[in-house]
Amino acid sequence: MQRGISYEGVYRQALVDSFAKLDPRVQWRNPVMFVVEVGTFITLLLSVDPRIFGSTGPGARPYDIVVTVILLLTLLFANFAEALAEGRGRAQAASLRRTKSDTVAHRIDESGRPMGDAAASSLRTGDLVRVAAGELVPADGEIVRGVASIDESAITGESAPVIREAGGDFSSVTGGTKVLSDWIEMRVTAEPGKSFLDRMIALVEGAERQKSPNEIALTVLLSALTLIFLIVIDSLPPMAHYLHSTLSIATLIALLVCLIPTTIGALLSAIGIAGMDRVIRFNIIAKSGRAVEAAGDVDTLILDKTGTITLGNRMADAFRPLPGVEAAQMVEASLLASYYDETPEGRSIVDLARKQGVDVAPDVLVGAAAIAFSAETRRSGIVLAGGREISKGAVDVIKRMALRGAGALPPELDAITEEIARAGGTPLAVIDQGMVLGVIHLKDIIKPGMQDRFAALRRMGIHTVMVTGDNPLTAATIAREAGVDDFIAEAKPEDKMRRIREEQSQGKLVAMTGDGTNDAPALAQADVGLAMNSGTSAAKEAGNMVDLDSDPTKLIEVVSIGKQLLITRGAITTFSIANDVAKYFAIIPAMFVATVPALQALNVMHLTSPRSAILSALIFNALIIPALIPLALRGVRYRPMNATQMLQRNMLIYGLGGVIAPFLGIKLIDLALTALGLAHI
Amino acid sequence: MTIRGLLGDALFLAVLTAVAVPVGTYIYRVMEGQRTLLDRLLDPFDRLIYRVAGIDPERGMDWRGYAIAFLLSNLVMAIVVYLVLVFQTSLPLNPARIGPIAPTTIFNTVVSFISNCDWQVYSGETALSYLSQWALQFLQFTSPASGLLVAIAFARSFTPGRTDLGNFYRDFVRSLTRIFFPIALLFAIALLATGVPDTLGGAVTAHTLSGGVQTISRGPVAAFEAIKQLGTNGGGFFNANSAHPFENPTPISNLIEEFLMALLPTALLFTFGNYIKNRKQAWVLYGVTMGLMVVLLLVLYSAEAGGNPILQHLLKVSGANWIGKETRFGIAGTSLFATLTTAYTTGAVNAMHDSLLPLGGIVPLFQMMLNAVFGGVGAGLLNILMFVILAVFVTGLMVGRTPELFGKKIEAREVKAAAAAMLIHPLIILWPSAIALASAAGLAGIFNPGLHGLSEVVYAYTSAAANNGSAFAGLGASSPFYAITTGIVILLGRYPSMLLMLYIAGSLAGKKTVPASPGTLRTDTWTFGVVYMGVLLIVGALTFFPALALGPIAEQLAMLAGKVF
Repeated sequence: MQRGISYEGVYRQALVDSFAKLDPRVQWRNPVMFVVEVGTFITLLLSVDPRIFGSTGPGARPYDIVVTVILLLTLLFANFAEALAEGRGRAQAASLRRTKSDTVAHRIDESGRPMGDAAASSLRTGDLVRVAAGELVPADGEIVRGVASIDESAITGESAPVIREAGGDFSSVTGGTKVLSDWIEMRVTAEPGKSFLDRMIALVEGAERQKSPNEIALTVLLSALTLIFLIVIDSLPPMAHYLHSTLSIATLIALLVCLIPTTIGALLSAIGIAGMDRVIRFNIIAKSGRAVEAAGDVDTLILDKTGTITLGNRMADAFRPLPGVEAAQMVEASLLASYYDETPEGRSIVDLARKQGVDVAPDVLVGAAAIAFSAETRRSGIVLAGGREISKGAVDVIKRMALRGAGALPPELDAITEEIARAGGTPLAVIDQGMVLGVIHLKDIIKPGMQDRFAALRRMGIHTVMVTGDNPLTAATIAREAGVDDFIAEAKPEDKMRRIREEQSQGKLVAMTGDGTNDAPALAQADVGLAMNSGTSAAKEAGNMVDLDSDPTKLIEVVSIGKQLLITRGAITTFSIANDVAKYFAIIPAMFVATVPALQALNVMHLTSPRSAILSALIFNALIIPALIPLALRGVRYRPMNATQMLQRNMLIYGLGGVIAPFLGIKLIDLALTALGLAHI
Repeated sequence: MTIRGLLGDALFLAVLTAVAVPVGTYIYRVMEGQRTLLDRLLDPFDRLIYRVAGIDPERGMDWRGYAIAFLLSNLVMAIVVYLVLVFQTSLPLNPARIGPIAPTTIFNTVVSFISNCDWQVYSGETALSYLSQWALQFLQFTSPASGLLVAIAFARSFTPGRTDLGNFYRDFVRSLTRIFFPIALLFAIALLATGVPDTLGGAVTAHTLSGGVQTISRGPVAAFEAIKQLGTNGGGFFNANSAHPFENPTPISNLIEEFLMALLPTALLFTFGNYIKNRKQAWVLYGVTMGLMVVLLLVLYSAEAGGNPILQHLLKVSGANWIGKETRFGIAGTSLFATLTTAYTTGAVNAMHDSLLPLGGIVPLFQMMLNAVFGGVGAGLLNILMFVILAVFVTGLMVGRTPELFGKKIEAREVKAAAAAMLIHPLIILWPSAIALASAAGLAGIFNPGLHGLSEVVYAYTSAAANNGSAFAGLGASSPFYAITTGIVILLGRYPSMLLMLYIAGSLAGKKTVPASPGTLRTDTWTFGVVYMGVLLIVGALTFFPALALGPIAEQLAMLAGKVF
């Protein structure tokens, strides 16, 4: 985001929050850490009075105190992770809130007469407001009259102004943006406090954060694992008692805390918040964690051709004169026909002609008049001073013109037209004084790098579908060139909807982008609907994500972010569970070696003393949390590859690594404790 | 260990696998109503049963319907058998005029046989009439059939587009007439040929050469023996179970029994492969499970073949640990039997597990704690799949998709049920063990003090929880305390987890099947097989590490250190 966000103070605030979050009512929501908190409380009581739960051996108090401190640190580290993730969101929200100063709104009635000023916060849905140049838009709304250039940088971070006008797909304005020129009259569409900006702030702050479905499922599993270890620990005192030994309560709690999945329990919510945060940094607002998760699961991407796969505009690629027409003559006619055409297509024709060394003398243009393009005539051109009329346009239109004039049509016209269409181009016929000269080959230019991205998507197992209004021939060629898997040609808005339903009925998850009002139903139907911020408010309302940069290709990144979120969650879960192996080998011999000396053989790490073994395991368990905070916030690096390769890779790092790392870590901590003379505390 | 012993084991497992694959497909064809060899003979018979019982075999059931039918049928059968045992003295077929059975023993026995556990706190030859034995034999047919059906219902939930789980009563009839009856009949005859008796005549009195008088019990043993093994039941006709020369007279009969207990659970993995239309998946699960079992077999075999170092040192002898073993089976035959009977949770024994060396004793205990090294008929497959669900859920996230299994999304509902099912096993082993060790009634039943006593208690509840039924012995299991507590553990080890798995099946059946893509976690790869094993060992086994450490591991380490108890 270009918005200046200061993270200064975030760390300090997170530190303070870590203590505030010790409140049991907060911890209760995280069953794993709640168990740690209860354990901490018990060891705290023991530190105060070692005999509170019955007798203990001599010298237990220092040990109990140390265990209490480590447990408390474990809790604080977990709280810090969450507070840090939340703090970063809050910092972004603060920068958004700065744009949300209360402005004055000039209310008007239905006929446009002023009705006096009112505070923006008092506006209700349906109110009409006039905003002039230099003023801030007071609320979200639809323009009913007028056209203006608007600076949306407060929301999007994009400094180039955008044009907004009444009617059509570009009629929505967002509260907090600034009218730069002209004026608009708009109807308010959001109640105060429920505007886009308000919701965005709430989202980045995490105020409305609800656990996503996968997070809930994972919490269930982690709770079950915690319960299992509670059962294991519960059963130990009677077994020990049978063997005529007593176990210290602090040691039992230490073993319990080491075994329950505290690492993932501590980092789970931070991972979720950070995932949302990554989406926001990408200038996309996801309306829920569910949407981000769904993005990771997407099987099919439905992409509009224009603007997403190809540059918005076609470019002239070649001039194809008909037989018997001089090439230079045709190029010149094409240039003249496009001379006043300011569209990118028109400019590209002029450029191509000039590149081929053809230009017009300025005197030719004296007294010339432009024929503007319109949806009815579907052609544009020029009328020179002498009455010579040159046009270019859709081939069928030009053919009709020619038939009205000279009557005959060269048979080669159709052949060239079809050839261009088959090559994925758009044919544009040129007619001079009723005689068809040739066809301009307009070509869709595929955005640079798209081929690679589609190849990456294919490796990820995602099926891509291109939607275009082009004829099937053209569509097929572009699809092949870009490397998309499938296409829908001559698409009508309802075709997108049908395709989405089809894919979903096969159990697939579908993502799409859209901006128009007629995209809204499909955006709502899709599992991931990325609406463009430039689009209508209906589209933004229907989608579950909004891209502030209005760049549809970002859908691909959204998928990566979703996958990254899930991978991070899985990796740290696996790591956390794999850690248990080493902890068992540290603590079990330590617990029972006094009763069954032979168990010393299980002390494979050769830890100095039973107490140092237990403390080392507990310290490792606490320290691993802050050590993994950066990973939780940044996310595991994601590279497109197939699932089995990814599983192998991540299992090696987080599964096998999770088994080995604590053996080394615990040994090192034990050496340190021994060196500090704390091994026999 | 001998080369011959190892080659024998390898050959046995190869033959087992070669037969299990087609039998797996046969089970699939039977359960899905496809044409099979015995149709012409059995179809009229099936139809007669359907008509008499008023079953509409075409009516599919949802998970609730299937679960209710499963519970109800089990309850009715349990009550019938209960009544037979209670009124044993007034009912016919009691040539030896055997008296009444203790009420706690009846409770324990009925619960144990209906649950496919066959934990026995009585001696068959002195406590039960032939009719009572038959009643239990009846349950030895129906309890594996019930387990098989729940597994089949679960497998059906992955069939794309299918929302019902089948008709329990139809499945029940077909599984008995096409699978259990024919195979049991065939092998009962084979066992007869090896010398296993089958008679309704009472005990005979023999006059020994030394002039003594001996009462030799006999009975309809061969028929009992076949289904005892085939159904992974394990409850013996005689107290000595498969160590008794009438139950298991020769090395050949020993091989037959080993083969029978391993056949159906192994085959069911391949049946499952047929259901999900993925044979490679079956091979992967088979491969890693078999790999684990072979490792454990080698541990047990080498420990027993190596003998007891303390005795070797004191007596200046060498050789294997022969205590509690039958010489006719040898060390290899005993090791394989002990491994199979606890892997497949059959619970039949041909040696005293109590007399295994500590390391050898860990293997049976460990397999029952995992409860997913093939396991019993149906129940084993369900346990394996439960761990597959957990493995997919934990590690599946690492491929960047929310977890799915064979095309069905695994969400909070399924995880909740699978996690609850996973909880049950440690809960019903560790808590009862702790209670037994902390209560006077429990301590009274421990005949060997110290670490070995702890092993015995843990073994008893593990065997009950895994529905295995083998005993470590050395424990006063017939005391009311143990009869009641093991009975409760057996029930909790059987029904709750099966109901949870049916619940998962119901939930999965309603879901759409997501087609596989390169981004989908493939579970039919060896990579996943290793991951599955890792999750099974860390989640399924480490839970028991403290208990094992205090019991057999400590014993083993102490033995190596030269300490005796």
